Amino acid sequence: MTALPPAGTSVAPGVPAGRRLSAWLSGRPRVRLAALLAPPAIWLTLVYLAALLALLTTAFFSVDEFTNAVTRTLTLSNVRDVVSDPAYLRASARTVGVAAAVTALCTVIAIPMAFFMAKVAPARSRGLLVALVLTPLWASYLVKVYAWQAMVQPGSGVIAWVLRPLGVDGPGYGLMAVVLTLTYLWLPYMVLPVYAGLERLPDSLVDASADLGAGPWRTFRNVVLPLAYPSIVAGSVFTFSLSLGDYITVQIVGGKAQLLANIVFANYAANLPFAAAIAIIPVLITVAYLAVVRRTGALDNL
Amino acid sequence: MLRTAHVKIATAAAGLALLASACGTTSGGGTTPSAGGGRAKPPSLKALGSVGAGEGTVNILAWAGYAEDGTTDKTVDWVTPFEKETGCQAKVQVANTSDEMFEKMGSGTFDVVSASGDSSLRMIYAGKVAPVNTALLTNYADVPAFEKDQNWNSVDSVAYGMPHGWGAQLMAYRTDKVKPAPDSWSVVWDPGSPYKGAITNYDSPVDGIAAAAVYLMSTKPDLAIKNPYALDQKQFDAAIALLQQQKPAVGTYWASYTDAQKALESGTTVVGSTWQIIVNLAKADKAPVESVLPKEGATGWADTWMVDAKSPHPNCAYLWMNWETKPDVQAQIAEWFGEAPANTKACALTTDKTHCDTYHAQDEAYFSKLWFWSTPQSDCLDGRTDVKCLPYSQWSKAWSSLRS
Repeated sequence: MTALPPAGTSVAPGVPAGRRLSAWLSGRPRVRLAALLAPPAIWLTLVYLAALLALLTTAFFSVDEFTNAVTRTLTLSNVRDVVSDPAYLRASARTVGVAAAVTALCTVIAIPMAFFMAKVAPARSRGLLVALVLTPLWASYLVKVYAWQAMVQPGSGVIAWVLRPLGVDGPGYGLMAVVLTLTYLWLPYMVLPVYAGLERLPDSLVDASADLGAGPWRTFRNVVLPLAYPSIVAGSVFTFSLSLGDYITVQIVGGKAQLLANIVFANYAANLPFAAAIAIIPVLITVAYLAVVRRTGALDNL
Repeated sequence: MLRTAHVKIATAAAGLALLASACGTTSGGGTTPSAGGGRAKPPSLKALGSVGAGEGTVNILAWAGYAEDGTTDKTVDWVTPFEKETGCQAKVQVANTSDEMFEKMGSGTFDVVSASGDSSLRMIYAGKVAPVNTALLTNYADVPAFEKDQNWNSVDSVAYGMPHGWGAQLMAYRTDKVKPAPDSWSVVWDPGSPYKGAITNYDSPVDGIAAAAVYLMSTKPDLAIKNPYALDQKQFDAAIALLQQQKPAVGTYWASYTDAQKALESGTTVVGSTWQIIVNLAKADKAPVESVLPKEGATGWADTWMVDAKSPHPNCAYLWMNWETKPDVQAQIAEWFGEAPANTKACALTTDKTHCDTYHAQDEAYFSKLWFWSTPQSDCLDGRTDVKCLPYSQWSKAWSSLRS
């Protein structure tokens, strides 16, 4: 950096290339637009859509019955196997249930937290609070999940130890442990948008509601919640879709429970087309979820 | 913790590979699926002609405990001396399941793999591994004849690998929780088992279903199962029904040996299918764990070192196979892992002189009683021609459905 000559002293002969380029571009708005959009468009089509498309196509390929190697004979049998076996319907319902429970828990925990951060805490400590909410994101995903394994471990886990005097068993490994761990993992992704949403909410609206005689609950329900709703929905898109695709947490604290992503993981080596057919389910669920969210109009108010 | 994390990261990376491999499905070439269940010959590939100077690197895909470099236990290290002797830097990746090995081989990413019988034949027919030149395998002559030319390491008497070692899929149990000491698989299969919820099972289509079939061979003789890897529809349905009935009693299906070890140590699981190395590692951590070969018999594995068809370092691969099957190295591995060494010259070199007797390393009668992992085929492996057996693809589908 220090080697650069002071600005203005290096006068290149003729007009600099950069200036010539911008002069040329100034008369061509379409070229400018194309140059702006080309990188994201290439990324989306080549890297993103092409990969998805390849996955979807694979779902219609067959495998050699002996080696299970993929052969490019088209078949509907993978999709038929997925649809006709009630085990996969149950697994889909289980997965949506876990994702919904995680989203609900995150929402219930995040709203008061975000409200405190945005409206109650003194303005100068807000930055610190946001940083604290983000701290868990600095630790490795695996460290956090294994920490939760120690929490929920049956018999000797922290939760079981705390509950023992009450005569209650801990959750042990299973779906409950998965929901708790995922809620812990994804909570910052819900707190941040809700905090941002509440921070934009003018204090005067809360005051006005109180002046007009509404109690705190009424103010929350009729003023705060409707205005924070779009940010809650934004957070839920994160928590829901992240939960939908997780399989490592399920492996570590889920006991023998399996969610859709585990089935994909268990099959991709043995039978890739079948794994691809299973993988279509979460894609459809996410699309359906986003469609519902869009219909509520929440995305327009972000 | 660190090792577990490594395994998990590898697992995660493998998961990410799904999308990548979905893009490249064209690579399935090599097999010629033929009509009617009869199989075409494996793709013809050349074995190495002579072993030259090492290429400086060898990438090894192995079961846990097969390529130790001192990180698990400072005193357990036969990789470092190999590197010093041959100049080939060994890069070892531990695989958890046969399916994982099958998926990762064939592209030249790895040079050698310690394949078990439920993936070896599939690798051969998929053209993922090359035949071996037994003249270049310095220890091949010291492997007992009963381990050679088996259907998991050879096709039409062409050898595809160097035998490494073998053993049974044993039953592990917590000595403080499981009393009296079990001698039958009934403690894991019986619906009235007192260990309900704390039973563990190995998460593998081939071993899982075959283990159920082995139990049915002694408890339901009228099913007439002759070979647990050759199941017709009726026998197959009975095995799946047994597994479905067992499912509520199973606490975990283990796929990673470190998870299995931790579960036994914490007491989350108290009884179930295991490898001897898991029991050895748990015992080293002072957990009250023992293993037993139940009276009904067991499934087993006979592992073979195989060379990738696209191996970029074939010389180092052969140098590795020769090193790994030397008598002194085989003795170390056999005692560390808890298995019968393929090279029986190792038997004189083990620190426990009874090791080879304990593991029946030279006992052909015992060897023939274990049901070594094999790839199920529609042409029944037990020679029946009046029925069709269920091929591997059906086994993996049924297992996936059971686990979901």
